[in-house]
This record gives sequence, C-alpha cells and structure tokens, in this order.
Amino acid sequence: MLENFAASLMTVEGFAFYLFSVLTIGLFLVTVMSKNILYSMTSLASGMVLISGFFFILGADFLGVVQLVVYVGAIMALYSFAMMFFDATRDIKEKNTSNALVFVLGGLSALVLVLMFAAPIHSDAIQALYPMHEGVGNAQDVGIVLFTKYLVPFEVAAVMLLVAMIAGIILAGKKMDESLTEDVSADDEIMIVKDEK
Amino acid sequence: MIGLSHYLIVSAIIFSIGLVGVLRRRNLLMLFFATEVMLNAVNIAFAAISHYYNDLTGQMFAFFIIAIAASEVAVGLGILIVLYKKHGSLDLDDLASMRG
Repeated sequence: MLENFAASLMTVEGFAFYLFSVLTIGLFLVTVMSKNILYSMTSLASGMVLISGFFFILGADFLGVVQLVVYVGAIMALYSFAMMFFDATRDIKEKNTSNALVFVLGGLSALVLVLMFAAPIHSDAIQALYPMHEGVGNAQDVGIVLFTKYLVPFEVAAVMLLVAMIAGIILAGKKMDESLTEDVSADDEIMIVKDEK
Repeated sequence: MIGLSHYLIVSAIIFSIGLVGVLRRRNLLMLFFATEVMLNAVNIAFAAISHYYNDLTGQMFAFFIIAIAASEVAVGLGILIVLYKKHGSLDLDDLASMRG
C-alpha cells in the first residue's frame, strides 16, 4: 500500500495528481470555511485553476481550456464584479445553526456516497458510445461529437445563455445609479463641506 | 499507478466539502461558492470516467455543466443584487420573510 503510493509519487502523473488533489482540497476548505468573502473567492478561483490541471492530466485538453476560460475567466470575474455591490471587506457574521445537525446530515450523505461508489457495476458491459480516436487531437474529437451528436443540446445551451444574460442585465440593471454600500449620510457631509466653502 | 478510483475519491471529497458548505453557511454568496465547488467535483468525476472508459460522453456532459453553471451564476447574481437592494443583507435568516 505504502510502496504503491511511493511508486506512484515517482511518476509525473502520480506526482501531479497528488499535488493537485491536496492543493484543491485545501483551497476549497478555505473557500467553505473562511469568514471573509475576498479570501474565499480567491481560493475558489485558484482551486478552479488547479482543477483544470486535473483535466490536462486526464487528456481532456479542450475541457481544461474551457474550465480556465469560462470558470476562472468569466465566472470569477462576474463574482468579483458582484462583490463590488456588496460590502466585501467586512467579515460575515453568521449565526451557525446546531453543528450536530450539520454533522449528522453530512455523515449521512457521506454514507450514501460511499454506498454509491461501492455498489457493484458491470464495468465489462460498459461500451464506449463515442470512443476517442488515436492520433486525433482531443479538441478535434470533441468538436466532431459536439457538432454532430450533441448539436441540439449545444444550440439549446446557447439560447439558455442568451436568456440568462438578458435576465442578469434586467435584474441587476434597475436603479444602477444608486449606490448600495455607501450610506447616504456621506453624501450629505460632502454637501456641507461644499456649502462652507 | 493512478486509477479511476483515485479520481473518484478526490471528487467525492471535494463534493462533500461543497455539501458541508451548503449546509453550514448562512450567507447567500457563500452558498453560491459552495455550489460551484460541488459542480467542479462532478466535472472531475466526469472527466476521469471519460478518460478511463475511453469515451467522450463524459466530457460532453462536463461542457454542458459548465454552460449551465455560467448561466446560473448570471441569473443568481442578478437576484442577489436585487435582494441586497431590498433587504440590505445577504443573510438567509434575515430573508426568511415567509415564516408564519
């Protein structure tokens, strides 16, 4: 067991796998446990970069690039823009409900997860529906399957993104000229200073 | 050698972290972060299964999960901004306005 672990650490793939898993688990723990939104957002972004590392190890190059572009580029940028609306530097005060309940529920779901993974499957009976081709790049392979077998879901996803964009603009765009975090009294003080001059 | 079960175990651990976050946090923005963690855990499992069964379907599902996550964030953040304008906080306990 231990020899196996040491041997797999010697290979490039094994070393990268263990490094990425330890780092992602640590960073996501920071995300979930931190009291500061800024800390948890930065750790979430770096954890997502490391998850794209997993995809590169697994040979899913295109998925890794999409993860970097969409998650780290677009979604995290959206979160950081949204954080400007909220007071992000302040620590969050949360009233934690009973920890016992959380741990009982978490333990039960972990049990279900273990049962699901330990369930016997006929792995021999599983056949590749859209097998990968030797000597063809991953992006090319993905493109062929995406634009033939998954064309309709792809178009539906495009429409869904358009609807989400319109919904986001309409929801967030109302009363954009009013500041949310600044209190109104600060404006009055500025007015008073101006009057004194 | 790194096998499929290694990746599935890492994915399960990350998913449990996200689940604990969803159960434990009371701030809506933090709930969103925990959801992203869970979605990413599932993506790892899909990519790993796709690699070890030599099948592209897993990667396809991961793509659509990413697309759905992007639109979910766009709509969800819009709703969060509206809520913040209305109530001045993102705490779930303050937003329990339907309590009888």
